[in-house]
Amino acid sequence: MKLSVKHIPLLATTAVCIALYAIGAVKFDGFATSQTLLNFFVDNSFLGIVAVGMTLVIISGGIDLSVGAVLALCSIFLAVLMQQYGVHPAAAIPLVLGLGSIFGLLMGAVIHYFKLEPFIVTLAGMFLARGLAAIISLESISIRNGFYDWVMEFYVPLGPVGVPLTAIIFIGIVLFGIYLSTFTKFGRNLYAIGGNEPAAMLMGLPIGKTKLMVYAFSGFCSALAAVVYTFYGSSGDPSIGVGMELDAIAIAVIGGTLLQGGSGFVFGTLIGTMIFGIINTGIAFQGTLSSWWTKVAVGVLLLMFVALQKLLSGSFQGRKSG
Amino acid sequence: MQKPKTKQFDKTNKSREGWLKGLAPFIALAVLLILNALFVKNFAAIEIKDGRLYGSIIDIFHRATPVLLVAIGMTLVIATKGIDLSVGAVMAIAGTVSAILLTQTALPVPAIILIGLVVGAICGMWNGSLVAYLKIQPIIATLILMVAGRGIAQLLTDGQKVTFESKAFEFIGTGSIFGLPATIYISAVVFIIAAFLARKTVLGTYIEAVGGNQTAADYCGVNTAHVKLFVYTFCGLCAALAGMIATADIKVADASNVGMYLELDAILAVVIGGTLFSGGRFNLSGTVAGALLIQALATGILMKGLGVEYARIVKAAAVIIICFVQTEYFRSFVSRLLDRRRLPV
Repeated sequence: MKLSVKHIPLLATTAVCIALYAIGAVKFDGFATSQTLLNFFVDNSFLGIVAVGMTLVIISGGIDLSVGAVLALCSIFLAVLMQQYGVHPAAAIPLVLGLGSIFGLLMGAVIHYFKLEPFIVTLAGMFLARGLAAIISLESISIRNGFYDWVMEFYVPLGPVGVPLTAIIFIGIVLFGIYLSTFTKFGRNLYAIGGNEPAAMLMGLPIGKTKLMVYAFSGFCSALAAVVYTFYGSSGDPSIGVGMELDAIAIAVIGGTLLQGGSGFVFGTLIGTMIFGIINTGIAFQGTLSSWWTKVAVGVLLLMFVALQKLLSGSFQGRKSG
Repeated sequence: MQKPKTKQFDKTNKSREGWLKGLAPFIALAVLLILNALFVKNFAAIEIKDGRLYGSIIDIFHRATPVLLVAIGMTLVIATKGIDLSVGAVMAIAGTVSAILLTQTALPVPAIILIGLVVGAICGMWNGSLVAYLKIQPIIATLILMVAGRGIAQLLTDGQKVTFESKAFEFIGTGSIFGLPATIYISAVVFIIAAFLARKTVLGTYIEAVGGNQTAADYCGVNTAHVKLFVYTFCGLCAALAGMIATADIKVADASNVGMYLELDAILAVVIGGTLFSGGRFNLSGTVAGALLIQALATGILMKGLGVEYARIVKAAAVIIICFVQTEYFRSFVSRLLDRRRLPV
């Protein structure tokens, strides 16, 4: 793979990630252990999964503000299905994944066929999903069953640590996202549509199908994140994920995805999630700092990377027209 | 694609459509108020207690104030083809700053309000500079402050809620003048200022020019960067005022909740009001109707004894329907219907 200007944000992100990790490792005892490293994946697994879907949507030139609300809706729906209706997890989980995908697919259809702004359609989707979640239940519902007990106990031994299922699913979806975006026709179409939609249309690319698919994929990711959340917290909660859409967008941008669409990497999103985790953990290790510093730090990082993209975008434009 | 029939015909068709569209939010508001009055008990009742009017309708005007103020600023921003996601965070910052000044200094209340407004203006200028000079997309430029702003507000108070006692400051949230809530007067003044700037000065034309076609505006000698800087600063000011009113209303600066999701309601109000996302045209009075509509919806649903979650679902439906009506798809469908009626084959 030849290194080009679009890789610079990715390299910068990786450098920031390594630097932050190094600072943490030097400053705090126990920061550099493999368990802490693993926790970056575990604690942010659902956010990371959502961010993977968001990355693909942004690459296609769109945006999905409904992710946090869909996560909440799916988690509470899953909990109610299993706890109140006694549906077996093996049936309930695929059902919820399907529900999330269909929700995304419908938003994609509205965006494509009615030529509406993705921003406003997914905003409506967010209101709708939050409302539905609150109608299903206002309180969080804890989940108790054999399958969840098994999941809680499940670890894949890897050297000194055991990797829980949540982290495995996260890594799995990242790999799947990389595969989708880099090695499939669907992925190529995404970049083409995000880069220049009229040109993509003139080339005869299936714009409608691709857009519908990418929002469906984002919905699927939100639903999967909901499943992972229930694994992680053993409950469904209609009020989780508030503001998560913004964290996910921030992670994608920090990971080197251009908000204009047409350029970005799912791998960068993994690094972005790691940075998010390192900042969180670092502030927790510090002990005296308020957790609100995370927000400020993410804001500052976001600004840095947007400025970097701006600096580089001159050369982007040159390449496009040249 | 249809060929235009004749110039004259097209013109009347368009102006009729425009006239209807301008009125649509008001008709929707009236319909909603009538529905509320019919189906919700005591909705239309207004009574006088202690020389002050009370009733659901007054309450709607009062409670709609924060959204209304923010939506007025947002209208101008959207008219330049921008968006401001940070308004909720700016509200939190301004509310927190004013509460801290109230509890920790002996500054007079007007000075505190002024400082709050300056803080809002600075936040707005920050957004405006990112958009106008660094040419960052509005969504992402204002996202930065949206993410960081609430954190900053929390850090100012160490994550604590700040309670205060100040009759003078509370007045902007709960006071009343001539029997009507003070918030109504504040909304009216801000609306008049915005309408004056937009309709009686050249600024309104500049804003429409920037939103309609920025390149053309540039070539015409409009300083597009200054126009953008202005609208974001104005939006910041509106948000700061809204934040202080919301804070004064509950006598507590709650940085994690004040203005939460308010940016979305404000954007919704603007869109309902008939301002297009594509920029170039805006409708301030429509925005006012939109904000009142949203509040009337929420009040009606609450008075019916249903939860806030139903209001969200209705809002979602409203957004989609209103946006759908604005689409080319729908308009060509309607004009085909009209054509068929007028030109029988």
